Amino acid sequence: MISAYYFGAISLILIGLYAILTKRNLLKILVGLSIMETGVNLLLISVGYVSGRTAPILTEGATPQTAVDPIPQALVLTAIVIGVATTALALTVAINLYEKYKTLDIEKIRGLRG
Amino acid sequence: MVKRALAIIIILITGYWLANALAQVPFGADKMLVGKYYLENVKEQTGAVNAVTAVVVNYRGFDTLGEVTVLFIAATGVAALLWRKKRERTAKSEGSVVLQTGSRLLLPFIMLFGAYIFIHGHLTPGGGFPGGATIATAFLMLYLAFREYEIPHNVFEPLEGLAGMSYVIVGLIGLAIGGYFLFDWIWQTWQLGHANIGRLFSAGFIPIIYTLIGLKVGTELTGIVDNMVKEPKEGGQ
Repeated sequence: MISAYYFGAISLILIGLYAILTKRNLLKILVGLSIMETGVNLLLISVGYVSGRTAPILTEGATPQTAVDPIPQALVLTAIVIGVATTALALTVAINLYEKYKTLDIEKIRGLRG
Repeated sequence: MVKRALAIIIILITGYWLANALAQVPFGADKMLVGKYYLENVKEQTGAVNAVTAVVVNYRGFDTLGEVTVLFIAATGVAALLWRKKRERTAKSEGSVVLQTGSRLLLPFIMLFGAYIFIHGHLTPGGGFPGGATIATAFLMLYLAFREYEIPHNVFEPLEGLAGMSYVIVGLIGLAIGGYFLFDWIWQTWQLGHANIGRLFSAGFIPIIYTLIGLKVGTELTGIVDNMVKEPKEGGQ
């Protein structure tokens, strides 16, 4: 049996993947991509969790023995920022496509090619 | 219908594979190797209380410089893709009275909160990236509330470049003093703030770099918002 956090993370990844595979609206595909990103972030954070320990901020009362792994959290911080950057760029491409084809339906955009 | 069935099959295969792989990784067990070293030495080596910030800015500072560069390239890409000769705000009406009054009232507090988040990055959860995003939120609210509002471009763009350049300069000073790029010269050479670990004036260059990152991220995200809000003028491209 896998834990509830892994299950939630995998579910988010799969929901995002389903949206990317089946939706025809470009914005919905981007929403799916964002959901998938959230799932990956949750997966990384839950891999770094250690039962019964607190956040890795070593103020009074917290010692290195009572803190969770800081590295996955640092990695996720990076991943979130890169996610924002890629989402902004993808939305810009979507704006450009809409201005050109007046639609966000990827099949119609494909049909207009040539 | 075929497409949907195919998608479900792909998802089931991927899900089974992911669950199988994760069954080997026990949840909640202590799997730390490098993390343990960081946690045990973070106070002496960097002076920061928040181990995540120490990893992001100090131990892996070069990586964070790359991250800031990626964000910069994305902002430049947004500006380049949306570049037209005439672009302007095309909102039909002003924001409601509640939105206008609320944004006027809340603007200084949101800016203050963002500044608090990035200045206290080495003590509390947060840092330059969330702080910068908070500041950008304040400007997004102004854009939503006022039809004619536009950020002062002649302040924002030099500030963004200056913040990015200062980050590299801080790293180069470390190269000159300590022998490698992004060496923490304030903490290790000048020994400043060793007496007050856990207070604001500690952790060497982490607050300085996070302030620079906060300014850079804030101006950059505001620039992205500004680019996306404006639309080409009716009739002419």
